[in-house]
Amino acid sequence: MSGWAGAWQGATDMDLRVSVQKRFGTFTIDTNFNVEGERIGLFGPSGSGKSTLVGLIAGLYHPDSGAVFLDDAEIFNSEKRVNVPVEHRRIGMVFQRPHLFPHLSVRGNLLYGYRRCEHKDRKIKLDSLVEVLQIGHLLHRGVRNLSGGEKQRVAIGRAVLSNPRLLVMDEPLSALDDSLKFQIIPFLKGACETFNIPYLFISHSLTEMRIMTDKVLRVVEGRVASQMSLEQLARAYMGESKAGYINLLKLRSLDRLGNLYVYDWGGQRLFISGGSDLPEAFFELPSTDIILFKRHPEAISARNLLQCRVTDIFETGHRLGVELECSGQRLVAEVVRQAVEELGITKENEVYAAIKATAFRRLG
Amino acid sequence: MFGFTHTDYLAMLLSVRVAVVATLLSLPFGFAVAYLMTYRKFRGKVILDVIVNLPLTLPPVVIGYLLLLLLGQQGFIGKMVLQPLGIKLIFTWKAAVVATAVVGFPLMVRSIRTGMETIDVRLIQASRTLGAGWFDTIATVIAPLAMRGIIAGSVLMFARGLGEFGATIIVAGNIPGVTQTIPLAIYDYVNTPRGDAMALSLCVVSISISVAMLIFHEWLGRRMARSD
Repeated sequence: MSGWAGAWQGATDMDLRVSVQKRFGTFTIDTNFNVEGERIGLFGPSGSGKSTLVGLIAGLYHPDSGAVFLDDAEIFNSEKRVNVPVEHRRIGMVFQRPHLFPHLSVRGNLLYGYRRCEHKDRKIKLDSLVEVLQIGHLLHRGVRNLSGGEKQRVAIGRAVLSNPRLLVMDEPLSALDDSLKFQIIPFLKGACETFNIPYLFISHSLTEMRIMTDKVLRVVEGRVASQMSLEQLARAYMGESKAGYINLLKLRSLDRLGNLYVYDWGGQRLFISGGSDLPEAFFELPSTDIILFKRHPEAISARNLLQCRVTDIFETGHRLGVELECSGQRLVAEVVRQAVEELGITKENEVYAAIKATAFRRLG
Repeated sequence: MFGFTHTDYLAMLLSVRVAVVATLLSLPFGFAVAYLMTYRKFRGKVILDVIVNLPLTLPPVVIGYLLLLLLGQQGFIGKMVLQPLGIKLIFTWKAAVVATAVVGFPLMVRSIRTGMETIDVRLIQASRTLGAGWFDTIATVIAPLAMRGIIAGSVLMFARGLGEFGATIIVAGNIPGVTQTIPLAIYDYVNTPRGDAMALSLCVVSISISVAMLIFHEWLGRRMARSD
């Protein structure tokens, strides 16, 4: 797992067991999987059936046959004719678009689910949620003239406040532009972490997956093809992507030197040209933009030179990845086989990684 | 010009009363049928659609005659339902209500359905996942969001009810002071020597009510658009 994602303790694990079949014209969902965890991703290309699959779990569509268990509860079983209605499944949903009720105020929207939730289950209250999502000033407004980001925050709040056992987020970020996306992510994670709600996060974006989840189900043509860790997923995609492995870094802003921004990365200073004045920011760093040196190069144009230890060398689809550890942080660089042999890079070796200040791409 | 007699005033009142009662009575059924047609899949949906829309294409006189056959003393409903309950419908103002309701019903259903079809299905799904059952969702999401269609349908039906003639004259007759509505009174005046002036006066009343209704509808629409 990428170190910056941070360990998240305290959330209750969900235990989801699904075995369903459903035909929609020429498309078929036919899958069988068990998954346990608190932040599960459903990853796959568009059209692979991710949304339909969660629709079957949430009860929006009825499987032709099969069974669905959530924690200890059997919520669907075609053989036993069990079919818990949507409204009793307590599976909250956040969609790609906010879909707020246009005839209700922000407050009315937020409380819609809360009012329909049994008293004993009302653990999350309006006040604390409003604080986490920072939407107090919007409460009495109508929903039509909110900005896109505000609407999506209210939509998240509405689903969270219904006190669900499981929150399903169906591409909740894909309708937002990049800068908005990374403004919403902290709220999305914050709300779920603060109130201990396990979630299923659907996306076709690897970056979103790596930020939001810690285990991923790969959906291919209407079925869950495999379960993998984020690291496995990132490595698998390294072989297919031009940029190779994408290192994700969450950095704390320190200073500004002329047109360069200085960020803190586990006690080391990184010089980045495309920074921002925000206290914290996400950066992408392609593995192909890291150059390795056996010894300290005396003079070099790259602004960042890090002393690292090789912790792993792996191969994925004709590419060779070198996993590095630099004062507690992880980084994956990519080299060709000849370079590994010439430099004699092996596990536990010390190397120097040079990175240009322009190689970092700020997210959001 | 406006030298209305007592029965003329009764005709005006009755016209409004029949149209209002018919509209209010049809509202729940119209809503239910529009709901079924929009959101439910069932066998015989096409047949229901045809039956509901049939009065739109049939001559009102035909509808009136069919209603007379159905509701009269020898008719199926008349004999099986109305007589045991001691209800006499034919040639009363209630028959005019039934005729008006049947004729205007498709207009109402169409309007409400149009209103419902514009509701994003995701809103309905959201309401369900937030814990609202079907009736709850209908009451708190579908009905408020279809309100424009409901109002439009009601206004349309009311206006259509004011002008109802063919079906009414057959099932309710044309009894001055009892079942005579504005159109029937106009019909009488036109057939009376030197009744033209009175016929014209009633036309003015009829036009005034219609215009008032249309203005009211427009006003309501703007008010709703503003509150959005």
